Parts: sequence; C-alpha cells; structure tokens
Amino acid sequence: MTSTFVEDARDATVEAPGGAPGNRRPLVRRVTDWLTAVSFTLPALILFGALVLAPIMYALYVSLFNWGGFGSPTDYTGLDNYSRLIKDPVFLGDLWRGLLLVGFSVLIQLPFALAMAVLLNQKLRGRAVYRMLFFAPYVLSEVITGVLFSMIFAPDDGLADKVLGAIGLDGLGGLWFADQSTVMPTLFLVMTWKYFGFHMMLYLAGLQGIPAELHEAARIDGANAWERFRYITLPLLGPTVRISAFLSVIGAIQLFDLVWVTSAGGPDHASETMAITLFQYGFKRYQIGYASALSIALFLISLVFAIAYQRFVLRRDTEGALTNMRATR
Amino acid sequence: MSAPDAVGRRRFGKVPLYLIVWLVGIVMVTPLLYALVSGFKSTDQLSSNPFGLPSPWVTSNYTDILASSSFWRMLGSSTLVAIGTTVLTVGAAALAAFSLARFAYRGRELLFTLFTMGLMFPFAVAILPLFILLRTFGLLDNPWGVILPQAAFGLPITIVILRGFFRQIPGELEEAATLDGCSPFGFFWRILLPMARPALGTVSVLAVVSSWNNFLLPLLVFSNETWWTIPVGVQQFQGQYAADIARVFAYLVLAMVPALAFYAVAERQLIGGITMGATKG
Repeated sequence: MTSTFVEDARDATVEAPGGAPGNRRPLVRRVTDWLTAVSFTLPALILFGALVLAPIMYALYVSLFNWGGFGSPTDYTGLDNYSRLIKDPVFLGDLWRGLLLVGFSVLIQLPFALAMAVLLNQKLRGRAVYRMLFFAPYVLSEVITGVLFSMIFAPDDGLADKVLGAIGLDGLGGLWFADQSTVMPTLFLVMTWKYFGFHMMLYLAGLQGIPAELHEAARIDGANAWERFRYITLPLLGPTVRISAFLSVIGAIQLFDLVWVTSAGGPDHASETMAITLFQYGFKRYQIGYASALSIALFLISLVFAIAYQRFVLRRDTEGALTNMRATR
Repeated sequence: MSAPDAVGRRRFGKVPLYLIVWLVGIVMVTPLLYALVSGFKSTDQLSSNPFGLPSPWVTSNYTDILASSSFWRMLGSSTLVAIGTTVLTVGAAALAAFSLARFAYRGRELLFTLFTMGLMFPFAVAILPLFILLRTFGLLDNPWGVILPQAAFGLPITIVILRGFFRQIPGELEEAATLDGCSPFGFFWRILLPMARPALGTVSVLAVVSSWNNFLLPLLVFSNETWWTIPVGVQQFQGQYAADIARVFAYLVLAMVPALAFYAVAERQLIGGITMGATKG
C-alpha cells in the first residue's frame, strides 16, 4: 500500500525536500509520534472493536454450534447451520423479497424522487415548503410510520378503504398488509412515502452542483427540456444516483422496524426480511447458532456492498486524501 | 409569435407542474392530518364519520396521554439515551477524525477503511451477539446497554463527515499553533473544535435522530417499562389499545411532535448531514 510512505511525507517535505522519504528522525521520536497519532483514535477504536467487530466475530464462532443461548456453546456442528440456511425456503424467500424491494426502489421510488427533485429545483412558488414537507416523514421513526399506516390500511375500517369506497373503487381496496399478494406492494408504498423525500434531497444537492451555464448553452444550441435532462442532468447526477441506489439497497437489506410493526413478516412469511427471520430464530425460538449463521450471511452480503461502495464511491475521496497530503504537507 | 403570448404560455405551462407537486403534497400530508384529527374523535365517531371534522371535539384522548406519567417517562428516557449517545459518538469520533485527518502515519488508511466498512453494517448483523454480550455484562435494562452500542454504530458516519471537515482546515493554522507551543491536543481542543462547530452540529443532529428512532435495540434491552423509549412505547401502546384506535392516533401524534419539532429547528443541519454523509461516505 502507498500508505507506508505517507508516514514520512510531512518530514520529507520539511527536512529533505525532493529526497526519498527518509528515516532521518530518531526511532524513538518516530515511535512516540506514531503513538500520539494513534492514541486519539483509541476511544473510537475500543468502542467500535468491542461493540461492532467483536460481536460479529462472536457470531461467526457461535454459528458453528447448535446452541440455545444459555451456558457455553458445546454442541459443535461445523457448517451444518450454513447448509441448513442455504436450503431454508424462508431465507431464500428473504433474499428474493430483498431483491424485489431493491427492484421496486430503483425502478419506481428513485425515478419518482428524481422527478420531484428536478421539479422542485425550478422556480415554483412555495417550493421550500414542498421540499420540507416531502422530507418530513424521514425524521419520523419507522415504528410511528408503521403503526400509522397499519391503521390507515386496516381492512374495511382504515382510511384507505374508506376513501376507495367513497369514490366507488371498493374493488381496489382489500386486506393490504393482511394478504399475501398485497403485503409487499403495501409495504413498498409506505416505504416510498417515508423515504422518497430523503432521496429527493440527495438529488437536489446534486442538482445544485450542476452549473446553470451548461443548461443555458444547451438551450442556445436548441436542446429541448428532455434532451437537456438526458444529456446534461442525468450524466452529471451519476454519482448521486449511484449513492442513492446503494443506500436503498442497504435500507432493503436491513429493513426491520417497519415490517415488524405492520405485518411482522406475515402473512405466512410473505413479507419477511432477513432481519425479521434473524429476530424470529434468535429471540423467539432461541436457535442462537442458526440465527448467528443468518447474521453472518447478512454480514457477508453487507460486506460485498461495502466493498463495492468503497471501490466505486469512496475511492475518489481517499485518492484525494493521499495526493493532497503529498502536495500540501 | 408575439412576446405576451410566450409569457402567457410559460406561465400556463407551469400549471401541470403545480398540479403534480400539489397532489404529492396532499398524499404526504393526509396521513398526518388524518391522525391529528382522528385523535380528537371517539373511536365510535371515527368509524361513523371517518372524513369529517369531529363533532363534538373529544380532547380526552390527548389530555389523558399528556396526564399519564408513562408518556413523560418515555420522553425523558428517549432524551437521555439520545443525549448520551450523541455525546459519546461525537466525542470519540471527533478525536478519531482528528487523528485520521491531521496526522500522517503508518496504518492510518487501514484504520479509516476499518471505520468506513462499519458504514454498511446494519444493527441486525450484530444484534444477537451484542445482546449476549450486554446480558453477560449486566447491561440489560440499563440505559448504557443502548447508549454504548448506538454510539459504536454511529461512529463510522460521524468519523467520515468530521474527517472531511477537519481536512479542509489549512495546515498553516496548525503550524502557527505548533510554533506558539500548542500540543496536538491543544490544537484539537482550542482551535479545531471551535472552528468545526457547524460540522459538529450536523453530526450531532444525525446522532440524535438515529438514536431517537432506534427500535430494535431498546426493544431487546429494555424488557422493563422503566426505560422504554418512544418507539418501544408506541408499539406497546398499539398492542394495548388495539380496540381504541382514536386513542392510538392521539398517541402517535404526540409521539411525532418532538421529532417534527426537532426537524423544524434543525432542518439545515439534518439535510446538510444526510447529503454530506452520502457524498462523503
């Protein structure tokens, strides 16, 4: 890694300009400098290590046992939990439903959020109010949102069915969260209500970074509104779109609260997510070993996305850090 | 085409746009208004008169909740947990971000990568072993049992944002401070932190909101009502008063008020925070 040279970059410019990154300082001083720098990270490192990394390692260990959660795990079963996991229809269903939510988000929610962002980036009267209103559900907890919508989508008595009844569309209503075929769309509807404003805000921030001159120039060259969107806005918004897609994938992977209070994963697993399955096995059925295997699977899936995210989104940021460091210090 | 025509068409051309945002606005606001108004009805009224204004206006749903000690206790508990989490997250993250932004040393990028990996780990990944860990250390039914893990999981995003901010502060300032005899910690404490106040505000707001809305961890850690936070309370209340939905609506509205009020006050920091967090991390 290049970071081995970074250590001495500062002194290299001060003491030996143009020279090789040298070992001119005494060893003792270099060690104490290193310790000073690292000591500032210690509180965070301890907290992070003890409560994020260690539990994940422990889950990895426990996933090799058949364990009820009390005493020490003794019944070593090797990879049995994992071979059971990849054949578990509920887990496979979780994966499928996660994919479905991501698909819904990318194909419907994000384009909708983008459209709203483009709309509210124009000079409209009251646009600040609309922006604030559309984003507001983001600050409500998923529990409050979920309970609210479980009452709005209550079969027959809920607002949704009453409204549909009042305008003569009774047929469109129904059981919402209580039916296997409608629970996922209903859930997605609620997620869109809660989260599209968040993505809209990301896009708005991205749109503000696009110089107005580009649009002006294109307009003079005769590009119509759609062409300007397609060939200027969309390409320049690329990084923002990527980020927002990543975030909705992560959101879908870890979805728990909203599902737990609306459908609890039912009916008959029809809306179960990985986190719900994990909770069921871990805290309802006390199959801690099996549930740990599930959390490792969740971890691996997150890891794949974390690495992809690092590669495609963060890379530019860290590259900048290294080059800046050399240039300015 | 004459000029007034073009102006007229342009003004008229915006009507569909207004119609769209107006419609979306209605969809967004209706659930909230419906909950607010329904809270002023009795449950019988609610089923016989779902759309109209309450007649008579029933205030007992709201006043009963406001008079109950459990509601205020939950508000207090949520506040305590949020403040504890925020102080711990921001404190530890600021120190770490200082090191990662202002020092050049072996292993720095590795450390930063370690923390940024944490950005992608959902709570659910670690919740089981975390629960066992907290049980082992006797932290169940103890606010620290929620504060510590929340702080740990809040570190990555806070470090990423603060590191980005700390890096922008010119190196000359640090050199001047060092020449004047400032220790690294002195520079951090007396110069960097005061300069970073806007960024600290932003990350604090993010930490408060995510702590305030967290559900899974307090649900597991607080089996006893004493420490229940608002999301846990809302879920329990819904279970308890399933038949009296007007009362549940009132409870929801009152539970929303602190979050919405906080949003109204800290809108700029919150939106700055989410866009910064997303673009920097």
